[in-house]
Amino acid sequence: MNKDTKTYSAAGEVGSILETRSTFTRLKIELTKAPLTAKFGIFIIIVFVGLAIFAPLIAPYGEAEVFPEPYAPWSSNHLFGTDQIGRDIFSRLIFGARNTVGVAFATTILAFLIGGALGLAAAINRSYLDLFLSRTVDVLMAIPQLIFALVLLSIFGSTIINLIIIIAVLDSTRVFRLTRAVSLNVVVMDYVEVAKLRGENISWVMRKEILPNILPPLIAEFGLRFCFVFLSIAALSFLGVGIQPPTADWGSMVRENASLIQFAQYDLKAAMTPLLPAAAIALLTVAVNFVVDWFLHKTSGIKDEK
Amino acid sequence: MKNKKENSTLLQIKDLKIEGFSDERWHKIIKGVNLELKRGEVLGLIGESGAGKSTLGLAAMGYTQPGCRITGGQINFDGVDLTKRTDSEKRKYWGNRMTYVAQSAAASFNPAHRLINQTTESTIRAGLKKQNEAFDEARALYDALNLPNPETIGERYPHQVSGGQLQRIMTAMAMSPNPDLIVFDEPTTALDVTTQVEVLAAMRDIVKTYGTAAIYITHDLSVVAQMADRIKVLRYGEEVEEAMTRKMLKSPKEDYTKSLWSVRSIQKPEKKSKDIILEVKNVDAFYGSFHVLKNINIKLPLGRTVALVGESGSGKSTVARVITGLLEPKIGSVKFKNRELPPSLKGRTKDQLQKIQMIYQMADVAMNPKQTVYDIISRPASFFAGLTGANLRKRVIELLEQIDLDESFIDRYPSELSGGQKQRICIARALAANPEVVICDEVTSALDQIVQEGILKLLGRLQKDLNLSYIFITHDIATVKAISDEVVVMNEGQVVEQGLKSEIFSPPHPEYTELLLSSVPEMDPDWLTDLLKARNY
Amino acid sequence: MHPVVKTVLERLGLGLATLFFVSIIIFSAIEMLPGDFGQAILGQAALPETVAAFRQELGLDKPAYIRYFDWALGAIQGDLGTSFSGRNASGADRSAEVVDKIAPRLWNTLFLASMAALIAVPLSLILGILTALYRNSFFDRSVNTATLTTISFPEFFVAYILILFFASLNQIFPSLANVDPDTNFGERIYRTALPAFTLTLVIVAHMMRMTRAAIINLLASPYIQMAKLSGASQTEIILKHALPNAWAPIATVIAFNLAYLVVGVVVVEVVFVYPGVGQLMVDAVRTRDIPVVQGCALIFAVTYILLNLIADIIGIVTNPRLLHPK
Repeated sequence: MNKDTKTYSAAGEVGSILETRSTFTRLKIELTKAPLTAKFGIFIIIVFVGLAIFAPLIAPYGEAEVFPEPYAPWSSNHLFGTDQIGRDIFSRLIFGARNTVGVAFATTILAFLIGGALGLAAAINRSYLDLFLSRTVDVLMAIPQLIFALVLLSIFGSTIINLIIIIAVLDSTRVFRLTRAVSLNVVVMDYVEVAKLRGENISWVMRKEILPNILPPLIAEFGLRFCFVFLSIAALSFLGVGIQPPTADWGSMVRENASLIQFAQYDLKAAMTPLLPAAAIALLTVAVNFVVDWFLHKTSGIKDEK
Repeated sequence: MKNKKENSTLLQIKDLKIEGFSDERWHKIIKGVNLELKRGEVLGLIGESGAGKSTLGLAAMGYTQPGCRITGGQINFDGVDLTKRTDSEKRKYWGNRMTYVAQSAAASFNPAHRLINQTTESTIRAGLKKQNEAFDEARALYDALNLPNPETIGERYPHQVSGGQLQRIMTAMAMSPNPDLIVFDEPTTALDVTTQVEVLAAMRDIVKTYGTAAIYITHDLSVVAQMADRIKVLRYGEEVEEAMTRKMLKSPKEDYTKSLWSVRSIQKPEKKSKDIILEVKNVDAFYGSFHVLKNINIKLPLGRTVALVGESGSGKSTVARVITGLLEPKIGSVKFKNRELPPSLKGRTKDQLQKIQMIYQMADVAMNPKQTVYDIISRPASFFAGLTGANLRKRVIELLEQIDLDESFIDRYPSELSGGQKQRICIARALAANPEVVICDEVTSALDQIVQEGILKLLGRLQKDLNLSYIFITHDIATVKAISDEVVVMNEGQVVEQGLKSEIFSPPHPEYTELLLSSVPEMDPDWLTDLLKARNY
Repeated sequence: MHPVVKTVLERLGLGLATLFFVSIIIFSAIEMLPGDFGQAILGQAALPETVAAFRQELGLDKPAYIRYFDWALGAIQGDLGTSFSGRNASGADRSAEVVDKIAPRLWNTLFLASMAALIAVPLSLILGILTALYRNSFFDRSVNTATLTTISFPEFFVAYILILFFASLNQIFPSLANVDPDTNFGERIYRTALPAFTLTLVIVAHMMRMTRAAIINLLASPYIQMAKLSGASQTEIILKHALPNAWAPIATVIAFNLAYLVVGVVVVEVVFVYPGVGQLMVDAVRTRDIPVVQGCALIFAVTYILLNLIADIIGIVTNPRLLHPK
């Protein structure tokens, strides 16, 4: 780490000087060193995003195209059979990637915009605004999120827009808490005081001094929140109060085909049908969690004791 | 007392190598060190950050910190090679024949248990004494260590006693099993100087009384001079030299050893000045209902340095907050060039902000880790002077040269700089605003001696070149002597006295100044003994 | 006053205040309904007089704060109002009291949740402590990957896999957990085995990970290193040095996960058609039967707040700084 020097000069002063690398090479090195689970996660995420974007090109049939035979068995025509009113399961699974993942993604983005902005403002302002927001969030978080979502959906009705807004607002409470907490750690730093002493305005302090330093934990949190939102929306759809038919959605597909599972002894393949969308949900969540776990391990800098 | 054969070797470390794991690879911390300790002898291990002295101290007990491993050599304790023993075998030695005193007593005591139970825990576990016998002896130790209420203090919990007392109780804990070896790991570094004296005296006496061998680890040569019979200097995991204490102080062989007291070698001749550039007048300030500053009056002469000296909690850093406008005084005001400054930061003009700049103790947290050196230095230059493009770049390079760095540093991030370089960049940032007054808040106290010397010399040169006036906040008397023209002594939110350096450092002193000055350890092995005699302990 | 008592009282007061605000939010559910909801519930054929009578029954002619106090006082005395269902356009009213709908199901839900908690809490604490002790070992890494996978599974996925293997392919347990008040205790356990097992799998993963993190955090304290250097054995370090300081974090972990159980129970009840509060609530949301939704939400929220309160109080009474003030 250090080399010996007989004579003293500031420029040549010894210290742990790291080699400067470009972002791209650093990324490449990190990726090759990533554990298998993280590589697997990245691969799955890329596949799912591809499916979501190119759904109409990949799916053999339309999202709501109805065929004469309901509950058709798995065959070359219908890879995973058809559902209770004769729609192709495989096509609906692919369109489901677009709908379910898309809605969850939009919700998470919205939650971060709301929670992130308010959290940052509360951390900088630290007066009545902070007190008011923090107390409000405490109260909102005292009701279990799924229960709160159910209450709100019963009032406003289950449209996709309502779903996105309700879940985003409820989830933004957690984003608020995290943003506020990590920002508070940065706000007390001397370099923020230096900027204030220089007379910089609030917006500059937020953008240049605080935001770049709270980004890594927020990115990790984005992954975790996405998983949570994704599972919540899937649960609500499964319960029949989330994304509504005829939109293809993994949560409601599980519910619609659930009764097939009773016939496992006669037709195992058919019985697997309701598990396919559920497995799709699980697979994507696992993938994101693996990547976040790796990212957290990389950025936390905390080395576990051996 | 155990029957100890005097002058026989207790501990012998041979060619010890230790590696640590960080940044995804193993690198060497201890690179083949030899060490020998006789029974009843005190060895001082001295070195600066990264010397590996704590790692070596723990290794003397056969212990390696998590994430470290021993890759070679022997640790022979009383004829047994500890590197070849399992943890459960070594546990029979720990807390029994060898004990440890940590730097931070506050964090090293378990908050859930009473002090006396923790003091005697290992003694009772090892079966050396019965509980009431061990308790009695612990109380005797508390008494010998000059703790108040030795009979009852053990019934308290760690958060109920002060830091200096905890450090002595930890020494009692280490003495309780009457060990052969105690490792003291920077035991007084976290304490104020006036508290340090009592703790040092207590530790030295008890080790002498019991005839225990000890390894005393510190970065402060004057402290180790009071404690050790022999001193070993370490640097980057290797031995620099070893000698008996008096010989080491009188005639060190290596240049590096001399550099350990290099700050003490700077002596700045003081200069008087009549022109006052900044004045703090009748200031009273509060944190909530806590009265931090009481009627503070300080004058800063133009082109001179005023050192604010005091221990933690004296309010010296709060004075800086009042001057910069971060804390509004309840009463009183700050005058700059005979004109009153608005009390709060928000009320001040850009021009007023520009004239007073600040440099911080921890350069690490004073720079945004996501900005390059160019971003950091250029911002004040463009913000205050409105420089842009090539002119701005030229100015940044000029500033870098002023602080003895060059253009090659311009694209580096703070994590790519050493401690001294970081502090230099912070100085450049302050200069970039073209200030007239610079407030330096403990700017050298986190740095190694040789680096401190460089920074202090740089600040002195800049003062001459740019006619800067400094307010220099510090707790270190050697630094005060090296840089100041005038000195302000503070205690408990009040100014004890202000005057020219020569006046402050020559008697007679007010009571507190006397206590503070006499408590600063000197490079003289007899200093502590003489001081205690003078204070009639 | 002793600081412990003072802090506990403060915390209780805060809990009550939270409960007050939460009840206001739940109460306002009915305020936020669109103006024509009476028509929607009673059907398009309903006469204006019938609708008016219905509105009057709900007290919509009175100011909101008076209705809140009526509702809150009623709720404290166990009266949660009357269900919207069972009414029709002619004005005939066969609606049931919300309490009568909830009460029998509440017992079922508590039974299921306790069963899951009884298995999950000890299991995850033991696993959490073991993985913390042997961290970075093969055992730790495999448990870490396994739990990371499990927490990524939606509850219904776990539930259907269990049904597939233990009810459909091998008929060991029933796939429908239909119990009624006459079902005896042993039979009840048998029928709720699969739902309880599902819940256990889901929360063990969460709880174990959090326990592990809490313990590792604690083991990094300097006083643990000090204990090691004074010759304490691994067991002694855990029991004597770590545990007395671990109650607060562990209580928080348990409360957090039991609260999570409250939510998980909703989905699991629907999968297994288990007659609990969760299923009632989901049905009520679908039919927009607001009084029932309010009643269920209130019960879930109170449980949730209580659990967190208990965890906080455990943290307070085991804190040496508060127990032994200066």
